[in-house]
This record gives sequence, structure tokens and C-alpha cells, in this order.
Amino acid sequence: MMLLSGDPPRSRVLTLILVVIILALAATPFLFPGAKALNVAAKICVFAALVASYDLLLGYTGTVSFAHTMFYGIGSYAIAIALYGMGANWAAVATGIVIGLPLAALLALAIGLFSLRVAAIFFAMITLAVASAFQVLASQLSWLTGGEDGRSFQLPELLRPGTVLISKNLFGFEVNGRILTFYLVFAISALMILALLRVVNSPFGRVLQAIRENRFRAEALGFRTVFHLTYANCLAALVAASAGILNALWLRYAGPDTSLSFSIMLDILLMVVIGGMGTIYGAIIGATIFILAQNYLQSLMGVASKAASEAGLPLLPGLLHPDRWLLWLGLLFIASVYFFPTGVVGRLRHGRGDKSAGTPH
Amino acid sequence: MTELAASDPLPKPKRDLAPILLPVALALAMIPLVGSPSTWLTLTAASLAMGMMIFIMASGLTLVFGLMDVLNFGHGAFIAVGAYVATLVFAPFAASVQADSLWLNLAVLAPAALLSMAVSGALGLVVERVLILPVYGQHLKQILMTTGGLIVAEQTLYALWGPQIIPMPLPASLRGSFILGDVAIAKYRVLAMLIGLAVFVAIQLVLNRTKLGLLIRAGVENREMVEALGYRIRRLFLGVFMTGSALAGLGGVMWALYREQVHASMSDELTVLIFVVVIIGGLGSIGGCFIGAILVAMVANYGGFLVPKLALVSNILLMVAVLMWRPRGLYAVTSR
Repeated sequence: MMLLSGDPPRSRVLTLILVVIILALAATPFLFPGAKALNVAAKICVFAALVASYDLLLGYTGTVSFAHTMFYGIGSYAIAIALYGMGANWAAVATGIVIGLPLAALLALAIGLFSLRVAAIFFAMITLAVASAFQVLASQLSWLTGGEDGRSFQLPELLRPGTVLISKNLFGFEVNGRILTFYLVFAISALMILALLRVVNSPFGRVLQAIRENRFRAEALGFRTVFHLTYANCLAALVAASAGILNALWLRYAGPDTSLSFSIMLDILLMVVIGGMGTIYGAIIGATIFILAQNYLQSLMGVASKAASEAGLPLLPGLLHPDRWLLWLGLLFIASVYFFPTGVVGRLRHGRGDKSAGTPH
Repeated sequence: MTELAASDPLPKPKRDLAPILLPVALALAMIPLVGSPSTWLTLTAASLAMGMMIFIMASGLTLVFGLMDVLNFGHGAFIAVGAYVATLVFAPFAASVQADSLWLNLAVLAPAALLSMAVSGALGLVVERVLILPVYGQHLKQILMTTGGLIVAEQTLYALWGPQIIPMPLPASLRGSFILGDVAIAKYRVLAMLIGLAVFVAIQLVLNRTKLGLLIRAGVENREMVEALGYRIRRLFLGVFMTGSALAGLGGVMWALYREQVHASMSDELTVLIFVVVIIGGLGSIGGCFIGAILVAMVANYGGFLVPKLALVSNILLMVAVLMWRPRGLYAVTSR
């Protein structure tokens, strides 16, 4: 209870699903052999933290930001450029963190102060414009960022796959640097999600929810809404940048496609809404569903597309082509905004007749 | 304040000229920086043409927001759909497009543009009924819904036409430039300017000289009052939404011809540009949108010529500068 900041999942089914997801993630290196399963599990961890930080903005303060991938990208690029430039050592990792995190926070502060000075309605549009400019900048400054190719780099000795920590004959499993990296990603993501849970259940988090419900009234009650919103922005940016660092460490690469592109922003949006806005737990569920679908549904669609084209149906093969999986997720997204705006978590909680589930409007 | 008698005409509202002078001042300030007058003229013509195209695409968005407080993040989809529909007309009549006869070219171009507008407008009807009607008055859900709509529209375009870039050659008689002395102005840019100006004048005439326009302007200022007077503002809004979508389709055709290619991702690229224009102009203001579009195009053209590296972030810098000066855009029309 202390760990969850007094905000348990509040639904037996939800608790069960969460426990299964977390246990499965924790045991992935031993349960599911192969590089793909481990990659998927690491991606779920990173995205769960990233989406939870976005939920702090979207679900708890009701502001739509399109610049979240920018902060994610800043974290990724900071660590990648540091490790690329300084060589594979821990000093470089520290440099990347020390430069990346404050940079993200400062930029979030600047955007927050600037766009909150102007009409609040501009926020989504301004963040979209800033993020797209940043993306162009990152792909053009190729001497620093490697342009479209991005930057590949080596990890410090301890985290490399070649480093055997516990040899196979001890437990029957080999624990190498890759698995250590996975647990690093897993642990830090879990810590960040727990920290976010702490934030949203603190008095500060309550004020954020008050601002979401009625900004004018929150202001009338004497809360400095600009301060709270900017602070929430910076916190979300910090977590997003940390998630970016984890992602780059896992992939040993940072590039526009893996850390900055607009499609990642849409992915995050889909995950938050499908999982459930304003719940934090929704982030874990949304990220799991989405990334599993991204990695395994596509092959299923390929089979369906082939079957449709063999049956000679018009149009369907194109619509079912594996590259068009976003089409179906987009439809799912619209349907879930329409029919269950509280997402999977809200549904599960509501099913138990619990009216206190977060329902942002 | 002097007392007004009942029979006196209403005092004319003060004209706010500063925003209009802004692009003029910017253009004049660029003369010494660019150096050669002929280059300056070419650049200015290019920015005016680009600005007109952006204006056509952005005008619908700003009206929709102003009238009904709806943030449409899927506006870019109408642009892409318009461009794709035009390729449908262009492909079977490739010979007429390449024929060196202005009338034969226009005989293909005009129906293509009209069909694009019709399809985009019809799509606007569907989008308004299906996506926007259920979420009136809820900004957060509007943004989510329309973003979802953008994803679906883009993916459908990919599914129907494939992911490759479709070339869209300019009609033969619109290629090349008018040469005046040592100034070269591309023919197509002149056409784009003329169409843009015509759209601007038409919108202004409808808004300022007809009863329909009066209702729209009244709705922008105070929706409830217009409803209380017995007008069905939802229907009015549907009309504005469809017109805006159709204009976005027209803009899409023009932009595709300008770039001579069509791709579904053009909606992403242009959405950002349009947002910057709409924010600069002040949400809901057609005049502001017009000036904003020209400013954005000028900064892109002059900036691209003088400091190519700066062109990447020039839009953002322009937006920041304008919002520092007027936090609600050049013309703040709505009371929101």
C-alpha cells in the first residue's frame, strides 16, 4: 500500500492482469527465450514509463501536448551522443544523464511558461509546432546527431551481451550483460511509475486534478495554476527523457525513427487512451496491449491479407496489409474515445461499481 | 466621451492597421538584405503565391474554430484527400495535361479542382457528423477524435494508393516563367496568387455583405445569442465546416501542383504550417489568417534565401515573436 501511494488498482481483474504483466515482464529472460521476446519486454517497460508520464499531463491535468516525444528524443540523443563521442565508459553515461535531463526540464519550462502566457487553447498546437521543428533540427544537424542515420554506440563493458555474469552451469540459465541491462530498464521504469503514482496522489496531484476539472475554480481557491501546470510539464518531461535514456541504452542506438518521429507521439496517445486516462495503471496496460499488437498482430494481419488476396476480394488485401495496422488501431482509438473514454482500466473499475475511478472530461 | 443621440450613426470601430503593415514592412526591410532588386521581386512573388496557398488551406480551420470552438487536428487529411482525388482526374487525361494549350490544360485542371473540393467537402460532412458532433464543447476529446481521424484517413490513403510518392506534373502551359526585364516570376505562382486572392475576396464578401456572413460573424462573437434569436447554428456550422474542408481540398490540389508530387504525409507537414498560421492570425479571424499565411511564407522564402539553416525553425521564431507582441494572435476575434 505504501509502495502504491494508497492508490491500489481497485479492481480484482485489473490487479490480476497487472500482476501477470509484471511477473511476465520480470521473468521474460527465463520464460521466453530469444532476442525478440526480450526486445518486446524491454520496449513495454520503457513505454509504460513514458506513457505514464504522458498520462500525468493528459489524464491528470487535461492538457494535450504533442511535444512528449521531443523530451523522449532529448534523453535518447543525449546518452547516444555522449557514448558515441566519449567512448563506452560510465563517465559518458553520467555525462549523457547530466546533460539530457536538465535540458529536457529547461525546454519544458520554456514551452510551459511561453504557451501558458498565451491562450491555453494554443498549447496543443504550439507543442506540435515546436516538436516538428525539433525533429527537423535533429535530422539536419548531422554533425551532432548523425542525421537520418542516427547514432549507434557501444555500451560500457558490464552491459554488453558478451559479458557473462553467472555462467550457465550454475542455474541452467546464463546471465549476461544484456539481461543485466534488461533488469536495469525494468527496475528504473518500475521506479518511475511508482514515483508518478506518488506524485498524482500527493496534494500536488490533487491540485492538478482540480485544474483539470475546473481551472477557473482552482484558481479562485488560491492555487497558482500556471505554477502547477508548468511543474507538471517539467516532471513529465524529466520522466520522458529518462525513458528515452533507457530506450537508447537498450537499443544501443538513437535515431529520428526510434525516438523522435510523430508516429511515436501517436503511439503514446493511443496507449494512454486505450489503457485509460488519469489512472497511471492504464499506461502499463495500454503499453502492453499496443506493443504486443505491434509485434505480433502484424504477422496475423499478413496472413489475413494473403488469404483475402487469394480469395480474390477487392480492397481487403490492401486494408489488411501488415503495414496498415495503424489504420485499425486508429479506428480502435476513435471507438475507445467514443465508447469508453476511461479506457481498459476505467472499464474494469467501473464494472465493479466503483464510481471513484478517474473520469476526465 | 461625448453623448450620442439616438439618431446618430454608430461610431465606426477603429481599424487596426498595424498587422496589415507588418508584412509590407517585412518585405521592404528585406530589400537591402537581399541585395539585388530582381531577386527580391522573385522572392516576394514566391512568398505571396505560397502564402495564398497556405491561406486557402488554413481559412477553413480558423473559421471552424472561431464559429464553433472546435479544434480540428485532422484538417490536414482534407488537404491530402483533395490532392489524391486530383491525381484520379489527371491520370486518364495525361495527354491533355501535357498538351501545350492553355484551354485544354484548364479543361482538365478545373474539373480536377472542383471534384477535389466536392470530395473533401463531402468528407467534411461525414467527419462533422461522425467525429465532431458527439464531442462538442469538449476540447480534449475533439483533439483526440480528430487526431484519430487523421490517422485513419492517412492510412486509408496509403491502403488505396500505396505508400509511394505520386508525381503530379504541372500542365504544360503553366510551366516556365513570365520574364519582365531581369525578373522571372513562375506562371503557376501567378495563377496561385490569383486564385488565393479570389478566395480571400469571396470569403470577405460573403462574410461582410450577406446575411449568411452576418450570422457567421455573429456566431463567432456570441453563439448563444444567435441561437436564442432562433437560428440553427449547428446547421450553419456544418456548412462552414464543409466549405472549410472543400477549401482545404482545393489548397491540397494547388500545393500538389506546386510541389509536383502527392504523398499522404503532406498532411502532417502542412498541418504544422497551418497551425502556425492560424495561431499567428488569431483563431477565428480570416484577415489575420491571410496576413499570417503571407508572413509565414515570407519568412520561409526570405529566410531560406538569406540564412538557409535558420529556415528550419523560422516558423517557430515568427510565432514566438508575434505572440509576444499580441498573445492572442494578430486579430483577437473571439472572446475566448
